[in-house]
Amino acid sequence: MTPRPMRFLLNLSFRYKVPLWGSLLIVGTAAIISSTLLLGSYQELKSDLLRDATTQGRTMTASLFPAMLHDQVWRAYEIIRAPFGRESGEHPVQAESFVVLDQRGQVYVSTTPEAIPMLADFRQLSPDYAALATAIAQPGHDTKVLEPDGSEHLFVTTPIREEQAHLGTLVQIYSKKVLHSRFQKSAEQAALTAVLVIVLLLPLGWYWGQRTAVPLVRLTERMEELGRRLPDNLAPELYDYQDELGRLYHAYNRTLQELRGKAEIERQMIHSERLAAIGKLTAGIAHEINNPLLGMLTAVNTLRHHGELNPRTLKTLTLLERGLIQIKDTVGALLVEAKVRSRDLSPQDMEDVRTLIEPQARARGVSLRWDSQLSAPLPLPSTAVRQVLINLLLNAVQASAPGGEVAVTIGTRSGSDTSLALVVVNGGEILTDMQTAHLFEPFANEDERGRGLGLWVCYQIVRQLGGNIAVQSDLRDGAGRTAFEVTLPLGAAQ
Amino acid sequence: MKLTRRTFLGACAVLAVARPRPAFPAKALRVGMTPAFLHTQHGLLAEWRAYMEARLRRPVEIVQRDSYRETMDLLRQEQLDFSWICTYPYVFLKRQLRLVAVPLYQSQPYYRAYLIVSAKNPQIKDLSQLRGKVFAYADPYSCTGHLYPRYQLRKMGEDPAKFFAKTFFTYSHHKLIEAVADGLAQGGSVDSYVWDSLQALKPEITRRTLLVSKSPEFGFPPIVARRSLPEADFSAVQTMLVMMRRDPQGSELLQRLNLNGFIHGRPNLYDGVAEMMRAFGEG
Repeated sequence: MTPRPMRFLLNLSFRYKVPLWGSLLIVGTAAIISSTLLLGSYQELKSDLLRDATTQGRTMTASLFPAMLHDQVWRAYEIIRAPFGRESGEHPVQAESFVVLDQRGQVYVSTTPEAIPMLADFRQLSPDYAALATAIAQPGHDTKVLEPDGSEHLFVTTPIREEQAHLGTLVQIYSKKVLHSRFQKSAEQAALTAVLVIVLLLPLGWYWGQRTAVPLVRLTERMEELGRRLPDNLAPELYDYQDELGRLYHAYNRTLQELRGKAEIERQMIHSERLAAIGKLTAGIAHEINNPLLGMLTAVNTLRHHGELNPRTLKTLTLLERGLIQIKDTVGALLVEAKVRSRDLSPQDMEDVRTLIEPQARARGVSLRWDSQLSAPLPLPSTAVRQVLINLLLNAVQASAPGGEVAVTIGTRSGSDTSLALVVVNGGEILTDMQTAHLFEPFANEDERGRGLGLWVCYQIVRQLGGNIAVQSDLRDGAGRTAFEVTLPLGAAQ
Repeated sequence: MKLTRRTFLGACAVLAVARPRPAFPAKALRVGMTPAFLHTQHGLLAEWRAYMEARLRRPVEIVQRDSYRETMDLLRQEQLDFSWICTYPYVFLKRQLRLVAVPLYQSQPYYRAYLIVSAKNPQIKDLSQLRGKVFAYADPYSCTGHLYPRYQLRKMGEDPAKFFAKTFFTYSHHKLIEAVADGLAQGGSVDSYVWDSLQALKPEITRRTLLVSKSPEFGFPPIVARRSLPEADFSAVQTMLVMMRRDPQGSELLQRLNLNGFIHGRPNLYDGVAEMMRAFGEG
């Protein structure tokens, strides 16, 4: 299992995690590069030192040989002292001391005579030197670099010899502290550079982290909402690139679009299923009522003509008959039968409807704009289509305020199936959401003007003819606009 | 920097270009210099030579050697006309040389040997405490830098060859002071004239040494001439030296040499040195 603090880090929001990891990466990179360079420079410093020391040692031993041979101590001192600037300034890596040992390991001369005096036994001076003396004692012809364990010094030893004559050894002593302090200087410089780089790169990293994280965070918030409701689209300007995140945005918006479409279809399906159920129920009830009703009307009629009736009974019968006829009318209206045999629809039928409606429109002060493009009969039942158009027009005229206008467009639409299109538009008050939801249900819009069966009849007819009826009601430029559009496929009813 | 004959002649050539010399008919006088004096003051030496040439109206050639021994050899072979040499070589070669002039140092024709030790060893108060230590000598033929300390040990009943653990020669009093100052040697015997002059010029070096004791006075290192030198040359040079303090240019040079002038001097000035030499069976 991941430990708790790690878990906490991993659970952090991308908003913090991305910049944090980015920063860590920058800091880590800076650290690794700096330390690699530093290590390299330390090794270089050391190898430079050793190379210089070796060359210097060989040069010095060449002139030390005759000086020792003739026991010229002062000459030897001058030779080994020469590399140390008299007013000892900043030498790249200043040696701590040069020592000339004779064959017995005694100090012949040294540049630091107070610490390493002449004639002293070199081995006795320090444990470092004792270890060194043993290494020197081993025969060898060339320069050796010695680094005793735990010692703070580096030693370069060169034998002082010519041909077979071995007079002694030159020991160059370097303090590692000098190397370390030089190293420290470079380390400080490197650290400073690294800090500068970090200071420059961190805000950049943080910014890019945010740029990536914020769109992700928004997307996540939206996705979490998906279960509860359909969230809003993501603003494309939030992340307008074509990388994976950008594509994710596109995919999200597309998915959302599809989900919306699906929800709309579901809503419509539920609506039409309800209407269908109501239609079925209504038709069933109407049939059930129609049969006894016809019997009762027949009985009343028979009684009226054959019986010797007193005026009171006659009045009652008339009352009964009127009630029964009203029931019959209502049931008849509910029982829409579109597929009764009828002649084809002709352009004249449309003109008839216009003639029929115009007086009513004039009475309400509503003008009628008529645009019929029918020029030949269409294979549709004329009675049913006329009925639909009349109902829609009556509604439109009644919905319009005085001085308003009702526009009618009649035409054919060619597509995969050629269809008749009727569009009726009025400029009255727009429909409420509630009204729209129950628009085609019987008695849904019952008011003082009627029972609200007009649209129900339209809907039944259109559905039976395999067509579609849709309404669009909204505000345009401050004025209401309600349009009913009916499409009827040609030939479907025949 | 070590002065070689070549670089010295080079310096002379530069000088010759810088200041056109009058054409001298006679052949050059060869004057030897020992490392006791002026050995590193090349500018001063060149000026002194120019001064001599102007006064003597003939070319002067300066011959420098790194050890007394080499100058002594040149004198013996009569390759030098004059030379400024140490007291010891003068007494040593007395029969072949004539005394020309003796410098006046602190208004006296004398100098001494100073016993000096490193300033880090203030507990050392006299020569006997340097037993078994490292001791620096100036030159094998130096009076103050070799002969006197050995003579003193001999008087103490010691064998100078065994008294010290180690001895070495620096071939220059100046370097000897450095050797003691650096602690390379624990003690050394040095020319008082050099130590005093150095203290005036570079006190940072002498400050690192301690003056432990002073010897009795000895005759100051003289200017000598080979016996075979023509009398005219001898007296010309002698007069020139003795008269140096009488003219401004000469006294300016003397001041820079840290001397008061030159006097005729007498050979018995050096009897004390001769006595020390006899103790070692020399002279």
